[in-house]
Amino acid sequence: MAKYVLIVDDEPNIVLSLEFLMKKEGYEVQSVSNGEEAMQAIDEKAPDLILLDVMMPRKDGYEVCQELRANPSWKEIKIIMLTAKGRDVEREKGLALGANDYITKPFATQELVEKVKSLLG
Amino acid sequence: MLQEWVILLVSLCYLGTLFAIAYYADWKSDRGESVISNPYIYTLSIAVYCTAWTFYGSVGRAAETGVGFLPIYLGPTLMAALWWFLLRKIIRIAKVYRITSIADFLASRYGKSSLIGGLVTIIAVVGIMPYISLQLKAVSTSYYVMVHYPDFEMIQEHRVSSLWNDNAFSVAMIMAAFSILFGTRHIDATERHEGMVAAIAFESVIKLLAFSAAGIFITFTMFDGPVDLFDWASRYQETAKLMKLDVMPGGYTNWFTLTFLSMMAIMFLPRQFQVLVVENVNEEHVRKAAWLFPLYLLAINIFVLPIAFAGMLLFPEGHVAPDIFVLALPLTEGQNILALFIYIGGLSAATGMVIVATIALSTMVCNDLVMPILLRVLSIQQVDLSRVLLFIRRCSIVFVLLLGYLYYRFIGESYTLVTMGLVSFAAAAQFGPAILFGVFWKDASRRAAISGLSAGFLVWLYTLLLPSFARSGWIPISFLQHGPFGIELLKPYQLLGLNMFDPITHSVFWSMLVNIGLLVGISLLDRQSTMDRIQASLFVDVYRHSGDTHLWKGKAMITELKNLLARFIGPRQTDRAFATYASTHKIDFTKDMQADAELVEFAERLLSGAIGAASARVMVSSIVEGEEISPEGIMKIIDETSQVLEYSHQLEEKSLELEAATKELQEANKRLKELDRLKDEFVSTVSHELRTPLTSVRAFSEILHDNEDMGQEERHKYLDIMVKETERLTRLINEVLDLAKIESGRADWFMENIDLTEAIREAVALTSQLFREKAITIVELLPTFPINVFADRDRIMQVVINLLSNAAKFSPSEEGTVTVRVYFKKREIRVEVADNGPGIHPEEQKKIFEKFKQITDLRNGKPKGTGLGLTICRRIIEYHNGSIWAESKPGKGSKFVFSLPE
Repeated sequence: MAKYVLIVDDEPNIVLSLEFLMKKEGYEVQSVSNGEEAMQAIDEKAPDLILLDVMMPRKDGYEVCQELRANPSWKEIKIIMLTAKGRDVEREKGLALGANDYITKPFATQELVEKVKSLLG
Repeated sequence: MLQEWVILLVSLCYLGTLFAIAYYADWKSDRGESVISNPYIYTLSIAVYCTAWTFYGSVGRAAETGVGFLPIYLGPTLMAALWWFLLRKIIRIAKVYRITSIADFLASRYGKSSLIGGLVTIIAVVGIMPYISLQLKAVSTSYYVMVHYPDFEMIQEHRVSSLWNDNAFSVAMIMAAFSILFGTRHIDATERHEGMVAAIAFESVIKLLAFSAAGIFITFTMFDGPVDLFDWASRYQETAKLMKLDVMPGGYTNWFTLTFLSMMAIMFLPRQFQVLVVENVNEEHVRKAAWLFPLYLLAINIFVLPIAFAGMLLFPEGHVAPDIFVLALPLTEGQNILALFIYIGGLSAATGMVIVATIALSTMVCNDLVMPILLRVLSIQQVDLSRVLLFIRRCSIVFVLLLGYLYYRFIGESYTLVTMGLVSFAAAAQFGPAILFGVFWKDASRRAAISGLSAGFLVWLYTLLLPSFARSGWIPISFLQHGPFGIELLKPYQLLGLNMFDPITHSVFWSMLVNIGLLVGISLLDRQSTMDRIQASLFVDVYRHSGDTHLWKGKAMITELKNLLARFIGPRQTDRAFATYASTHKIDFTKDMQADAELVEFAERLLSGAIGAASARVMVSSIVEGEEISPEGIMKIIDETSQVLEYSHQLEEKSLELEAATKELQEANKRLKELDRLKDEFVSTVSHELRTPLTSVRAFSEILHDNEDMGQEERHKYLDIMVKETERLTRLINEVLDLAKIESGRADWFMENIDLTEAIREAVALTSQLFREKAITIVELLPTFPINVFADRDRIMQVVINLLSNAAKFSPSEEGTVTVRVYFKKREIRVEVADNGPGIHPEEQKKIFEKFKQITDLRNGKPKGTGLGLTICRRIIEYHNGSIWAESKPGKGSKFVFSLPE
C-alpha cells in the first residue's frame, strides 16, 4: 500500500511542484494551505509523512509540529520542515520541536526526494 | 466687694504656684527629662507676646478704634508663615554658636563686636522701658479696681500717692524678686531656663482662660449672645461707628505701620527672641508653632470687640476707662470671684512678660554691657566670677524694673496702654534690618550695622521718647509744638515738615529709612575686616558649616581651660560639661594634658553661653598659647571648607549628570537594538519573500529538466508558472530597492508644479487594463479644472496606480466598482480611491502601511503583491508633507485617502 504524504504550504505554485514530485515517486498525496487545515486533514487520516512549511497564515509550521509531537498516537508521523528562512536558528528550532528533517527553500528537487524516500524507507 | 487681703493672698498664692511649676520643671531638667520639649509648650511660651496690653489694652483700643486693635495680631500671624524659613535659620545659628540673647546674636554676626552688643543692649533697655511700665500700670490699676470698685474717685486718686504708698512700686519689686528666682538661680552654660518656660506656658493658659471667661460671661450672661450684643451696638452712634474701618486714626497707613511693627516685634523684642530662639528645644517645633500660635492669637482676640461694645453700652458716661472694661463689667454684676479670676489672668499676662523680658535683658546687660567693660578694665584673672556674674544679673533685673517703674511714674499717666506698648515696638523694630540682612546677606558689615542701629535708635529717641517726656512736662511742651529752639523743621512729630503721618508711623518711617538706608548703603561701600567676613559667612551659610569648622590652631592645657570655665560657670557645671565631652569624644582627660582645637572650640562656646561671644573669645585667647590662627588663616579655612563643599556639590551635580547621560545612552542603545531587530526582521522577511518565488522557479526548472517525457500542455503550464514567478521576483526586487532608496534619502525627487487632475487621469488610463480584465467599473469623479500642486508627478502617479491596482485586486469581478475622486477639506487636497471589496478590519487599517504587513485575502488565502506597495505610498506622501490612511468597515468596501497640502 502506498505511503501517504501530506503537503502543507500556502504558496500554490510550490504545492504544485511538491505534488508533482511526490506523485512521481508513487505516494498518495494531499495538499492543504495552512496549519489549521493541516490539523483537520491529519485528524481525518494520519499521514506517513508531512512536508510542512513554516511561514503560514493561521497556525504556522512550528505550532503544527508541536501539536503533533504532543500527541503520542502521532509520534510515528515523519515531519520534514520547509522554510524560506535560511538561518540556523530556524533549523535548530524546527529540529528541537521534533521535526525529522529540515529543508531550506529553494531546495534541490533531488535532495528533497531522497530525504522523503529515506524517511519512509 | 472683696477684702483687700483676699486679693493679696490669692495673688501671692498664684505667684507661688508659678514658682512651684518652674521649680518642678528645673528639677526635672536636672534629671535630663524635659517637660517643655514639645511644640505645644513652645507655642504657649511664644504667647508671652500677649501681655497686659492684650488683656486690658486691646479692649481699650477697640473702644476707640473698632477693629484697630487687630494689626498687632495680624503682624505676628503673617510672620508665623515665614517662621520655617526665617526663624529656623536663626535658631540653627543660635544653637550652633551658643547665642544667648538678641544682643549676643548681633554682636556675634558682626565680627564678635562688643560695641554692637553694648549698643543693642542699650537700645533694648531704653526701648523696653515703656513696655515694662505698661505692665506695672496695668497690674496696679487692676489691683485698685478690684479693691475700690465702684468708687471711681479712689481709683483716680491712686495716682498721686507717694512712692512708699504706691503699689506699682511694690509690684515692680515683687516682680524683680520673682525674676531673680526664676532666671538667676545659677549660671547656666546654655542660658536656657526650662522652669521659666514652663511657668510662662502655664500663664498663657491662665490668661486665655480668664479672658475667655470674661468674654463668655459678658456676651452670654449680660447679653443674649453675640447677635444680641451686636444688635444693641448697632443702634447707638458711639458703638455703631466702631464697626466701620474708617475710625482708625491714620487710616490705612496706620494699619500698615502697626502690622509691620508687630511683625518685627514678634521676632525681635528681646523677650520674644528669648522664647523663640534661645529657649527653643528643637527646631522642628517651629513647624507646628507656626500655625498653632496664630490660632492662640485668634482665640484670645475673639471677645475683644464684644467686651468693648458691652463696656460702651453699659458705661456711656465715660467714667470707666475702656482699658478696665474687662474687670469692671463683671464687678458691676457682683461677680467677684469671676473678677478675681480675670484679675489673676491680667496678672498672669503682666508677670509673664516682665519675667521673660527682665531675664533676657539682664543676660544682655551682663554679657554684652558689663562683662566686656569688666574684663577690660579690671584685672580679675584669678577670681571666681560665677558669683560676680550672678550678682550683675540680679542687679540688672532690679535696674530694668526700676527704669520701667520710673517711666510709669513720671510719664505713663499721659498715655493709654497701647500707645506705650507701640513706643517699645518701634524700638524693637530697629533690630529687624540688622538681623534680617545679617542672616541672608554676607556683605552686611559691622560698621553698617552700627550706623544703622544707632541712627535708627536716635531717630526713635527723638521722635517718640523725647515727645513723651515733653507731654509729661519734663521738657517744655514748646519742643513739641514749635521744635527745639523754635526750629520748625525739627518738630519731633513732623520731622523735615513731614506731616502726613500719625506720630508712630512718622517715627517708624524716619527711623527705618535711616536704619535700612545706612545699613545697606554703608555695607555696599564698606570693606569688611576678615573677622567680620568669617562671622558673616558662618551665619549666612549656617546650614553648610554647622559648627564643624575649627578656628583654633593652638593648644591649651586642659587644666587651664577648666579653671577658666570654672571661674565663670562654676566648678560643678564645668566638671559635668567636660565629663560629657570626654565620654562622647572618647578622650581620657587624665592622660591627655593638652586640649586640641576642638576642645578649645567647645570651651569657647560653653563660655559664650555664660558671658557672650565677644567676651568669651577674649578670655579663651588669653590662655591658648599664642597660636590663635590669624583672621586671614581662619578665612582661608572657611573658604576651603566652602570650596570643599562647593567641590563636592559640583561632584554631586556631575554624578547626577552622568547618571542622566547613562540613562540616555541606555535609551539610545535600546532604540538601536530595536532598530537592529527591525532591520534583521526586514532582511529575514525580504529573504523569505525572495526565496519563495525562487523556490518555484528552481523546482519547476528541475522538474522540466528531469522529465523530458512530459506532455506539451503540462510543460507549458509549468513554464508559465516560472515566468510569473520570475516577474514577481523582479517586482519585489524593484520595490525593495525603491523603498530602500526613499528611506535612506537617496531617492531623486523632481518637484514641480503639476496638474493633479491630469496625473490622476493618466494613472487611471494606465491601470484600465486591470479593471477590464475583471470587468470592474471604474468611476472618475474628477474636477473639470486643473488642480495645481507642487509635487513629483511620477511619484504621485505611482501612489495612485498602486491604490488603483490594490482596489482592482480586492474588488469582486463583474460587480466591482472603484471610484476615484478629488475633494477639498481642511485646507487640504484629498484624493480618494474607494472600492466595494471585502473591506479591512479596523485593527489592520494602520498595519497595512507597514512593511510586509499584508491583509489576508479572506477568499483566496494567500495575499497577492509584495507587501511593500503601501509602505512606499506612505513614504512618498509623507515626503510631500501629506498623509495617507484607510477608511473601511469589513464587508462595506475600503477607501484609501491621501491628502496633500494646498
